[in-house]
Amino acid sequence: MRNKVVTIEEAMHHIKDGMTIMIGGFMAAGTPEKFMDALVKKGVKDLTIIGNDGGWPNKGIGKLVCNKQVKKLIASHVGLNPEVGSQMNSGELETELVPQGTLAERIRAGGNGLGGILTPTGVGTIVEEGKEKITVDGKVYILEKPLKADIALVGASIGDKKGNLYYNKATKNFNPLMATAAELVIAGAEKIVEVGEIDSNDVMTPGLFVDYIVEV
Amino acid sequence: MNVKEIIAKRVAKELKDGDVVNLGIGLPTMVANYIPEGMDVTFQSENGFVGLGQAPEEGQEDKDLVNAGGQPVTVVPGAAFFDSSVSFGIIRGGHVDATVLGALQVDEKGNLANWMVPGKMVPGMGGAMDLVVGAKKVIISMTHTQKGKPKILKVCNLPLTAAGQVNMIITEMGVMQVTDKGIVLTELNPEYTVEDVKNATEAVFVVAEDLKEMEI
Repeated sequence: MRNKVVTIEEAMHHIKDGMTIMIGGFMAAGTPEKFMDALVKKGVKDLTIIGNDGGWPNKGIGKLVCNKQVKKLIASHVGLNPEVGSQMNSGELETELVPQGTLAERIRAGGNGLGGILTPTGVGTIVEEGKEKITVDGKVYILEKPLKADIALVGASIGDKKGNLYYNKATKNFNPLMATAAELVIAGAEKIVEVGEIDSNDVMTPGLFVDYIVEV
Repeated sequence: MNVKEIIAKRVAKELKDGDVVNLGIGLPTMVANYIPEGMDVTFQSENGFVGLGQAPEEGQEDKDLVNAGGQPVTVVPGAAFFDSSVSFGIIRGGHVDATVLGALQVDEKGNLANWMVPGKMVPGMGGAMDLVVGAKKVIISMTHTQKGKPKILKVCNLPLTAAGQVNMIITEMGVMQVTDKGIVLTELNPEYTVEDVKNATEAVFVVAEDLKEMEI
């Protein structure tokens, strides 16, 4: 069995300037927080970050924004981190705001070999600008294209040495979707256990999606 | 009762036994306090579960269990967790009976603007666009005016959240239904006259023939 368990330094070694990175979590719940700290320490810059939100100023994706490491943020909600708004206004940060359900489905499409999804969300709003609209059985949908990334950083509650992941309660959110949609998937698990210790029925992300796992 | 309590209490009367309901942040959250004892209403939290309960007691917070505003919450027995794709499948797929949201503006055609003020406030739409398109019934709960400035307009001039999806508007002044023929005032708070409502509303509305006293 290939050893997937690495140190946080070994895992962060794969992250380079200019990369597109998906970061799991919802307002930092389910975000691998130690990875955020490690990225701040490493100082990688010009990142394109795909995540649900802009985090809090001192928590989640917000740490990377406040440290000015993010060139572009693709997210559904950025209102709880005032630094995002101020960097948007000053032109330092490009943001693409995506309806939350559309964001989830674009990531799912990216990881599932689909050419996009058709959604009624955003029809008649600025979200539809520049996008193809397709009518199916008389109803209008927007064609939303898939999202992929170089790296996905997902946060799990328990992982085994094969990379099988279990997410506790509301920490699931975008994590299992992102684990399917990146070239390299690094999981931060609060606890790493032996193979077989997570009941196969409880595996939420099969280990085949996960390249490296770090106990955080 | 203050204005917000009046509105929240009246919104609660719209919910039926067995309903699945998503409440927005702020005033809509208060609706949960007025569900009659014994009535089974399931609250959905778009970050990934149904069965949202009360806020935890101090010291009982669980970092893995937050609501869509990132605040600690609890779940009730029978709750279920899922990822963001399933969560918005529930929302977009028509499995949510009602959503209760605030608004910056609503208009005669049932258009809603509640997610941005260009150049001032650009927090992102979060899950609002999906909720308004997907929920079977969209109830807007808000104060009738913004410090005297009408919010119920002929035509919204802020960027829309969704076009033509609002079914009902509940304010401290009364209850309005949005129909194919425009807005109809169906209930009036006895503290106000129809003339008061007209003065506080830019939109043209019809007064229902059987106008009732607002149920509070």
